Amino acid sequence: MGAMSETGMDAVGALADPLRRRLYRYVVERGGGVSRAEAAEAVGAQRGLAAFHLDRLVAAGLLEVAHGKRSGREGPGSGRPAKLYSRADREVSVQLPPRDYGLAAHLLAAAVRTEGLEPAVHAAARTEGLRRGAELAEGGAALDGVRRHLAEQGYEPAADADDPDVLRLRNCPFHTLAREHPPLACGMNLELLRGLLDGAGAEGIEARMDPLPDGCCVAISKTNDN
Amino acid sequence: MGDHHLAEINIGTLAHPLDHPAMAEFVALLDPINAMAEASPGFVWRFTEDGANDATGLRPFGPDVIVNFSVWESREALWDFTYRSDHLDLLRRRRDWFTHMRDIYLVLWWVPAGHRPDLAEAADRLALLRDRGPTPEAFTFAAPFPPPRAASAPA
Repeated sequence: MGAMSETGMDAVGALADPLRRRLYRYVVERGGGVSRAEAAEAVGAQRGLAAFHLDRLVAAGLLEVAHGKRSGREGPGSGRPAKLYSRADREVSVQLPPRDYGLAAHLLAAAVRTEGLEPAVHAAARTEGLRRGAELAEGGAALDGVRRHLAEQGYEPAADADDPDVLRLRNCPFHTLAREHPPLACGMNLELLRGLLDGAGAEGIEARMDPLPDGCCVAISKTNDN
Repeated sequence: MGDHHLAEINIGTLAHPLDHPAMAEFVALLDPINAMAEASPGFVWRFTEDGANDATGLRPFGPDVIVNFSVWESREALWDFTYRSDHLDLLRRRRDWFTHMRDIYLVLWWVPAGHRPDLAEAADRLALLRDRGPTPEAFTFAAPFPPPRAASAPA
């Protein structure tokens, strides 16, 4: 995939509308499975208008639709299956002027694996994490700062569904690299996040490898030393 | 669907003998990770030495080279165990316990469901991948091939 494509430009263009952008963000933050009524209510728009914009986001390839019944609406009167919106798996990348950092990353990763330089990558990631963490610590409020930083970096942090003491990262910022070189990319990411926590002086929490079927392979949780 | 399973072998050159203190963490992880593999969706079979719970005592590829050899229902099942479970952390730390191997050390191939491949078959597939690159007979996660079509009735 090139750095810039017509479909990529169309997708980004579809987000130029402020209401549409709010709808997109709401669907992403909810983690998917959002009905038209929920989306409309969340952004304070008429349901018909919200539906129109949601379907435009689907047409642009940014959202996907599944048909299903919302929980709690079983039995007679629950009507036909609702349209439920989720973020599309497709990656959209627009870089102007054209850039292709993805290809560069894949070539560098291939060379690292051939030469067995994984420890060097992990060390570099840790150094960068420490640097970022130290910057956050200067701003005070280390833990809040870490979470905000993770959100800004696109990790989409959210509390674990079953354990409120565990912070899950619903998005992997290195997804295509991690699909091709899992131990290398995930190990790099783990060291980056460990460095971030250490650099920020975040005590009592740790980053550890705990992959779920989707999202980032790292979870951030309270340490267990009692 | 389901008339073929995916076989996998990977080999690694130990950085130290298994009884060396530097290998203690790796050795301690063997039983729990093997148990987790067996409990994972799509697990079919794993190769063990007679009378042992793993195959670390067998060294068909060299005195310091151990093998990890198993069969799974699908590529997705093997992928999820390998890269989306606690096993990923073990892979991340591979360089703590194994020396860097320049040559290809992992191969995948399809076997008829119910077939138990042996070490000779695995060695052949690894050699095939090393000689010819990925083919339907011997391939990798990065360059996979679909399972063979169900055998058609003889003409």
